[in-house]
Amino acid sequence: MSGSTLTAMERGLIPCHACGMVSRPAPSAGVAHCLRCNARLHLRIPDSASRCWALLIAGYILYLPANLLPIMYTGTLSGIRRDTIMSGIVYLWESGSWGIAVIVFIASIMVPILKLGALTFLLISVRGRSPWPRRERTMLYRLLKLVGRWSMLDIFVAAILTRLVHFRFLATVDVGPAALPFGAVVVITMIAVMQFDPRLIWDSKQQER
Amino acid sequence: MGQGLLENMPFQLPINSAIAGWTSEKFGLKFQRELSATPFRVGQINFTGSVSMTPIDQVPGDSTGRMTIHSAPVIACRECDLLQREVALSPGGAARCRRCGALLYRCIRHSLDRTVAFLLAAAVIYLMANIFPIIDVSVQGDRSTSTLLGAVHALLKHDLTVVALLMFITTILAPALEIAAMLYLLLPVRLGYLPPGFAWILRAVQEIKHWNMVEVLLLGLLVSLVRMSSFATVTPDLALWSFGALAFLLAAATASFDPHEIWARAGKTRAVETTP
Repeated sequence: MSGSTLTAMERGLIPCHACGMVSRPAPSAGVAHCLRCNARLHLRIPDSASRCWALLIAGYILYLPANLLPIMYTGTLSGIRRDTIMSGIVYLWESGSWGIAVIVFIASIMVPILKLGALTFLLISVRGRSPWPRRERTMLYRLLKLVGRWSMLDIFVAAILTRLVHFRFLATVDVGPAALPFGAVVVITMIAVMQFDPRLIWDSKQQER
Repeated sequence: MGQGLLENMPFQLPINSAIAGWTSEKFGLKFQRELSATPFRVGQINFTGSVSMTPIDQVPGDSTGRMTIHSAPVIACRECDLLQREVALSPGGAARCRRCGALLYRCIRHSLDRTVAFLLAAAVIYLMANIFPIIDVSVQGDRSTSTLLGAVHALLKHDLTVVALLMFITTILAPALEIAAMLYLLLPVRLGYLPPGFAWILRAVQEIKHWNMVEVLLLGLLVSLVRMSSFATVTPDLALWSFGALAFLLAAATASFDPHEIWARAGKTRAVETTP
């Protein structure tokens, strides 16, 4: 298969990011637009790596308050519980709701860590020659695109419980201050993954030849 | 309109070029002998499953981009930029990038009819899901119930305006926009014409789709339901079933939608429009 690969960039062609049509911009052109759908044409997502890094750093910073502040206050007859995301999961596990505990753990703890960690890895790997196979790195990128949204789970649960659980004497649930940074981490990392251009993974291969 | 910036397109190659060694005989496939702007013809071949695309060794000259009738359109993989020739697929087939394995396009049987049907159903179910209460909770005669908008309102009352906005966009606004815009685009296409603003609305829908989180909301509703059942009597209400159906219908609409073919239609009309 070696030598039998040719990319659009090498041929001076640009595939439209929106509709996929391949076009050849005139050499004199400043800003080119796709003839079929009129989207602006870019060889690669502009400043992909810098945008990603900026969003990632913001994500890392917000990750701390998201996990350290309480996301839910539960008031019962015996007092008020303040639960961070992790302590809420531990509480669920101890009270016997193992299934729910595992689901919330995957969505709220594992997915954000995976997104931050894997995107950092991908960004470092495209800076130079990386020994990691490109196909697998592309698969990792696809996985990140797929799972990112599921972290919103805890926000939705907190909102629904806050609305529904307000019983005199027995139980009340209130959403805590972690909801804002947590929601921000989810949105910011989703945008970061969208801004990452997976073709950067393959560009170094073309340069080697 | 910006055409002056682009020489010629779509980029087409003559069929009897350097890559002729690969082809039909090899995969039991046929080239699509039409312009790229033509939708796929299906049912010519009996091949199912995934097709590995063939990369292009040398793209032969044709720097003039002259359109040739007997040619297969060239596409570039969105994830690794590899240039490949389009092949016709049998219904249910999928074309994958030979180098990185990304899904390039699929051929879906009755794609348009099925997508429109799922979307129409989703529009009705969407209204039900938002009008009716979701879950009914009661503890010793003390009852409470809420619609989805009520849950968003609860966030507002706690001064979490941004979070409330986020929940409103991802669970109420984005699904509504997606369903409405897709119906606006596809119903006319089904009737044989393109609605005004076709291209930019289709581009917008592709972006909005990322922020539609109905399936995450559904899981959230189920988690809340189980959590409350430990101390209260919980009765699922009409909207909970509706959200289950809505998540399924939207997933089905996405799975049966064929953007490759729909974009090709846009190109066809555009070409007709711009021809003097």
